[in-house]
Amino acid sequence: MPHPMPPLSIRAYTATSALGRGLDAHADALLASRGGLEPNDFSSAPLDCWIGRVAGLEEEPLPPELAEWECRNNRLAWLALRQDGFIDAVRDARERYGASRVAVLLGTSTSSIGATEEGYRRLDHGRMPADLHRPVLHTPHSLAGFVATAFDLEGPCLTVATACSSSAKVFGNAERMIRLGLIDAAVVGGTDTLCDSVLFGFNSLELVSGEPCRPFDANRGGISIGEAAGFALLERVTEDTTGPMLIGYGEASDAHHMSTPHPEGLGADIALRDALARAGIEAGDVDYINLHGTASQKNDEVEAALVARSFPATTRASSTKGFTGHTLGAAGILEAAITLLAMRDGRIPGNLGATTPDPLCGPQMAWTSEQREVRIALSNSFGFGGNNACLAFAQVGEPA
Amino acid sequence: MSAALSVWVKGIGLWAPGAANWAAFCAVVGGREAPGDDARPVAEVLPPNERRRAPESVLLAAAAAGEAVRMSGLDAATLPCVFASAHGDQTITDYMCATLAGTPTELSPTKFHNSVHNAPVGYWTIATHCHASSSAVSGGETSFGAGLLEAATLAVADDQDVLLASYDIAGAGPLGEMTATTGPFAVALVLSPHADIGAVRLDITPAPGNSGSSPTGNAWLDGVAASNPSAQAIPLVHALALARSTALRVAAARELDIHVDVEVAP
Repeated sequence: MPHPMPPLSIRAYTATSALGRGLDAHADALLASRGGLEPNDFSSAPLDCWIGRVAGLEEEPLPPELAEWECRNNRLAWLALRQDGFIDAVRDARERYGASRVAVLLGTSTSSIGATEEGYRRLDHGRMPADLHRPVLHTPHSLAGFVATAFDLEGPCLTVATACSSSAKVFGNAERMIRLGLIDAAVVGGTDTLCDSVLFGFNSLELVSGEPCRPFDANRGGISIGEAAGFALLERVTEDTTGPMLIGYGEASDAHHMSTPHPEGLGADIALRDALARAGIEAGDVDYINLHGTASQKNDEVEAALVARSFPATTRASSTKGFTGHTLGAAGILEAAITLLAMRDGRIPGNLGATTPDPLCGPQMAWTSEQREVRIALSNSFGFGGNNACLAFAQVGEPA
Repeated sequence: MSAALSVWVKGIGLWAPGAANWAAFCAVVGGREAPGDDARPVAEVLPPNERRRAPESVLLAAAAAGEAVRMSGLDAATLPCVFASAHGDQTITDYMCATLAGTPTELSPTKFHNSVHNAPVGYWTIATHCHASSSAVSGGETSFGAGLLEAATLAVADDQDVLLASYDIAGAGPLGEMTATTGPFAVALVLSPHADIGAVRLDITPAPGNSGSSPTGNAWLDGVAASNPSAQAIPLVHALALARSTALRVAAARELDIHVDVEVAP
């Protein structure tokens, strides 16, 4: 069992998804119970399903000096970085600590593979077409490489690609490096964009719902795929820290199956207990849990049972994938940002989409939004390959 | 200056074209044998059924990881693991992109779930019943150095032994031209934060700048090193194979190397 860790300050954070650009757009949509899913019109042969698409991305190319990195995924990353003063916060950290003391640690599941797919659709005599002859795009590391280049950062730079737990796990990478004094600050988060690989891939596994996804509904029919980007800037806590803090994280493996969770939620349970231990808290201290809640049959069954058996009725829990869709490698950071918003605004997001609760769900489930102080919160992220992560956040001064 | 991270190498595994395990590699490096023919990686840790069906990336990573863990004498079920790869399974990515361009609704579900970057570490944890943390990381062309820094950080931060495996397979199709990976290579290290008198110590410190790696002077080794991002491990494994204390730098990111002091036990 890990030891408690010193908390980290979240100096800045932001998110962009189907709910809009930046934090206030997300807070407004969550308050109004207004989801962002719409019928799928993505790709040349759209599947009959619903998606969570970021509006207007097609009209916002990267600036000329970053043109080598042009593709949908890096474009969305750049759009997200420009919200909520995030760029200024990173530049300020670079100024204070130096370029080699700031890390870029990002999660993604497919990075810029949409550009590779496009190249294959327009092959030129069997080769990548000239305009896509840019090796920096055709690698899983494209996103983190792009962000490090855009900010001219020279610290450790790593892409975590553990499918849907990716952009949650990077908080752990950052905490370890900061605690050991390797760096002073880290840009964490991630981006995933709609692409044929995930739409047709999840379709081939028969995991995609024909209607907007309904997490924890007894009649849920699978996931809705979305796209999103989000980022957070982590530093050590100082005397003048006022914002939210990362107080713990847990990571574990199911060791069960590549694409279905452990039937008793073993890995998810270990990740949860590790997060609580690092945070030095107990389940009863947790005010809110943003669930992984994909609306797939198995995930929700296992997670509902885990929450029902582990937490008191006073803990509130919900999935927000009914709002945004499952944003895959960006799910961890998007839901971390939504969790931090719940803390900022004292509002629990409702579990949009469910009309007939799965009887496995306990009294913790917040079916509609609730006004309530959130001092300590968790965010769950589980991925393919049985990869589980749980993040713990708190307001300054908590746990008391 | 004291090192940022000190770890002891408790196990080594390797697969290179012409040297299918660590002993064969040491024999070639020591001049006792010439590189042999290419052999299929033997991933003994996988159940026979999985071994037959496993994609090349999984076989390669599991073969090296299995050898390193066996040498360490540790139980794989308890070892947190970091699997690093610049490009993942390029054969599958090539298949995916080609199929999506032509007949997207015919995409193979098995190929899709094997296409995720964490497929090799996923199969590894399933085969070894490992419930510890597992991660799949990429650092582009500097994936080996980035993975080594991450694994050593994890070992020291959480005071536990950690398995690092770094692998890349040869490129395929139009994607292969972009990645310029021309041959497979994998290396695995079991790193311990605890002093071990029989083991080689690595003192690892981040160092600003990219100094570029110097050739070993051995044509076969330098050829392997140039063929594959994970083979940026060659200068380090060369030193380990010769059991020679030395200092070297491994690129870990844009404008960042890690300085590694290799201290061989007297």
